[in-house]
Amino acid sequence: MLIGIPKESLSGETRVAATPDTVAKLAKLGFDVQVQSGAGADASFTDAAYEEAGAKVVTPKDVWGSDIIFKVNAPNDDEIGFMKEGQILVSFIRPAQNQELVEKLNAKKVTVMAMDMVPRISRAQSMDALSSTANISGYRAVVEAAHAFGRFFTGQVTAAGKVPPAKVLVIGAGVAGLAAIGTAHSLGAVVRAFDTREVVADQIKSMGGEFLRLDYKEEGKDSSDGYAKVMSEGYIKAEMELFAKQCKDVDIIITTAAIPGKKSPLLITKEMVASMKSGSVIVDMAAAGGGNCAATVPGEVITTDNGVKVIGYTDLASRLPAQSSQLYSTNLVNLAKLLCKNKDGKVDLNFDDVVIRNMTVTRDGEVTFPPPKISVSAAPAAQKPAEAPKVEVHKVSPVLKWGCAALAVLCFILIGAFAPTAFLPHFTVFVLAVVVGYYVVWNVTHSLHTPLMSVTNAISGIIVVGAMEQVHTSGGSVVAAILAFIGTVIVSVNIFGGFAVTRRMLGMFRKQGK
Amino acid sequence: MSEGLTYIAYIFSALLFILALAGLSKQETAKLGCYSGVAGMAIALLATFTKADGAGAVCIIIVAMLIGAVVGLFAARKVQMTQMPELIACLHSFVGLCAVLVGFNTFLELDGVFDVAAGITNAVHMEETGELGIHLGEIFIGVFIGAVTFTGSIIAYGKLNGTYKLRIFKSAPLVLPANHWINLGAIIVCFLLMIWFLNGGVEASAAPLFIMTVIALAFGVNLVVAIGGADMPVVISMLNSYSGWAAAASGFMLDNDLLIVTGALVGSSGAILSYIMCKAMNRSFISVIAGGFGNAPAAKEDKDYGEYHEMKVADVAELLKNSSSVIIAPGYGMAVAQAQNAVATLVERLQARGIEVRFAIHPVAGRLPGHMNVLLAEAKVPYDIVLEMDEINDDFENTDTVLVIGANDTVNPAAAEDPSSPIAGMPVLTVWKAHNVVVFKRSMNPGYAGVQNPLFFKDNTSMCFGDAKKTVEEIDALL
Repeated sequence: MLIGIPKESLSGETRVAATPDTVAKLAKLGFDVQVQSGAGADASFTDAAYEEAGAKVVTPKDVWGSDIIFKVNAPNDDEIGFMKEGQILVSFIRPAQNQELVEKLNAKKVTVMAMDMVPRISRAQSMDALSSTANISGYRAVVEAAHAFGRFFTGQVTAAGKVPPAKVLVIGAGVAGLAAIGTAHSLGAVVRAFDTREVVADQIKSMGGEFLRLDYKEEGKDSSDGYAKVMSEGYIKAEMELFAKQCKDVDIIITTAAIPGKKSPLLITKEMVASMKSGSVIVDMAAAGGGNCAATVPGEVITTDNGVKVIGYTDLASRLPAQSSQLYSTNLVNLAKLLCKNKDGKVDLNFDDVVIRNMTVTRDGEVTFPPPKISVSAAPAAQKPAEAPKVEVHKVSPVLKWGCAALAVLCFILIGAFAPTAFLPHFTVFVLAVVVGYYVVWNVTHSLHTPLMSVTNAISGIIVVGAMEQVHTSGGSVVAAILAFIGTVIVSVNIFGGFAVTRRMLGMFRKQGK
Repeated sequence: MSEGLTYIAYIFSALLFILALAGLSKQETAKLGCYSGVAGMAIALLATFTKADGAGAVCIIIVAMLIGAVVGLFAARKVQMTQMPELIACLHSFVGLCAVLVGFNTFLELDGVFDVAAGITNAVHMEETGELGIHLGEIFIGVFIGAVTFTGSIIAYGKLNGTYKLRIFKSAPLVLPANHWINLGAIIVCFLLMIWFLNGGVEASAAPLFIMTVIALAFGVNLVVAIGGADMPVVISMLNSYSGWAAAASGFMLDNDLLIVTGALVGSSGAILSYIMCKAMNRSFISVIAGGFGNAPAAKEDKDYGEYHEMKVADVAELLKNSSSVIIAPGYGMAVAQAQNAVATLVERLQARGIEVRFAIHPVAGRLPGHMNVLLAEAKVPYDIVLEMDEINDDFENTDTVLVIGANDTVNPAAAEDPSSPIAGMPVLTVWKAHNVVVFKRSMNPGYAGVQNPLFFKDNTSMCFGDAKKTVEEIDALL
């Protein structure tokens, strides 16, 4: 089937839904790809590069005639006008907010798959465009903050005086929040972070942030859809107090509390902004949903009366177009792999697959949104997981264990009581050797177990010592001498054969590149 | 050489033997380990020569050793790596046989003259020092273990070789009626014989020793005959252990600490290997040794597993070309088809295309602990891409394609998913988590455990029927 990559029409959008790299990957799956001329220009991908990767560069009209359209943003009305029945559209849709758009597309009988509806389950991670975009946005948010902030992030002691490190507060430790924590930390700032989910404390620590804890107990805080849930009133009050206190102390605040399909919660009030030091910066990553900060103007940077800069960009990811396009288009390739299991360039919209079911917003003139709820595998499920097959563990009962131990002790006592003293030194050696053998052999790597067997074979040929001592030429019985001779012959086979074959085997093991 | 110097030499060789095993802990030190084993053996042999009974005895010993050396080196050079299990079983039987011979000799020596002037024999002397009883006991036990090891190993050899027509050498287990009772009876009779033997004192008769030897030989046969071919890794390690204990027992009867140390090392080594193998099959050691698993024909189930998908060689090659990571899970079937060289070529071709290739080895793949590693090493596959089950099991999820070559039970999802399966709980390679799985197999027949493999019917699994070697070679040609 033919995949079309139009140029993004939204103003300020620099991303593109395919890079030359992913065009080649789509071709491998059996798809033909055509790219609108200049589609990748803003992300520094030239038409020539697309052509080299195997795509056809075409006019806007042609590109909208493709069987499948890969896009970043939802199409505008003009673009919907170009679309035809039976086409498949894959892009960000936000169906909960954009019901009108969904209706329009449905009226055209276009099958729509929303990249923002990828369920947050482990299997779908490779397609999760929200996460990959959030990661970039989190990074960019810190870069924007650093740009607007008139000082160093890192603390320094210089000949000209001491520079204190910047203090950064990140609210919400989702993908974007964690990326922001990591970036700010690596720039040298002191990073604090808050999240309503206690479970992310370790993740925050791992990125170099300090987790701010609330002294407030709330039941069932971890939701099963992978997002933080709405909290009780008491909790929110305690939370706001914490923010109010932090605002007076920190230099930079990055808020990431966006709730899919809903207005962003207000976390930083006008009063809090007013209490901040002049020159402080707030980056509101939830600006698209109205913003977490009362002073936010979506899409713009404003400076408040007391000199606090509030950044409300909604296109943080587009500000790193090459990277964003690469990650987003890789998400699309992974989706294509799921849709086209046979790699024959044909798409199978299998509704038994929860990922595909969840993403599909309309199909054949029928709105399939909202999808049935699915639970995220990563979150602790409320109901008990299906009974896993019991691993049969051969547990030794304590009775048997102590019985064996008692028996062993009894044996030792009996040996001590009845065996002649001449026997005991040998017995000591034997017991110690068993212990040494136990520890030495457990250390042998699994891949050398066959050589281990052959080398133990060779050294157990040491029994030849016994046979050698019994070879007589004079005195003693003739039978004994003959038996000893035979013994020596066969065990010599062991010694020489065992060592030789071990050496031969070990000679075969080689490391990569040698 | 004085007694003391010989003793010190023995201590040296014992230390070198320990170093030999310690060296095997890493690939890098393994060769050094082998050489220290050789050095230890050389020192021990030289020291023992000084104790030999005159120049004539030295000559005889040298002749005997030369014969043994020629045979041993010849076998070591000629043996195919796929035949390693047979060779090892064969060598075990030699140790067992030698232990029996040494035991008998020690018994015969009891009649030797200890002190000509006083006219007393060794036995009488020991009686006086109170060591006779334990000495006779050592002989008896040493011969018993040796005899069991000897015949047990011969049967194992025959089963592994698989070319002998005799029924006892067939891979399928042969269980006598009331097998456990026969075994138990044999042990009890041997114990009674030992009491008879020990009661003889100075005049100890050879009869109980002989009767016991015959019983022990039969016991060894019966023990291994009842165990199926798939359990051979456990049997081989167990016999390895027995051969060690046999050597240790000889050490006791000869008052030789070097033999005791070496025997104990080998004995515990074999015991640990048996334990690892049993663990990998989720079986108790007792149940393997007593025989039972896989003996009863697997209950015929009518469960519908659905359809399997077949894939042609060209499609497999295409699938591989489009993968960025490939894991190969080989099993004994690869060795049977002698496909390891073709597989090695496949690895080279894929790596040349920039595809990451690794091997996943299940602990009981093959007929010997670590057997697959040796086979792959022989085919010049670098050992650092050959990984153990625990190292690689988490990576299957992120792998594009898994090639299962001649493995079956070790990749059976039923072990993890179906609690009623006979192999439930056995740790397996979780190949089915990969995006695509291709199974190379001759037909749809189940593996040794006789259990149907739901893997073959999964949506992401394709079957590629045919001789593994031929199929892989065809794929090589297409890459």
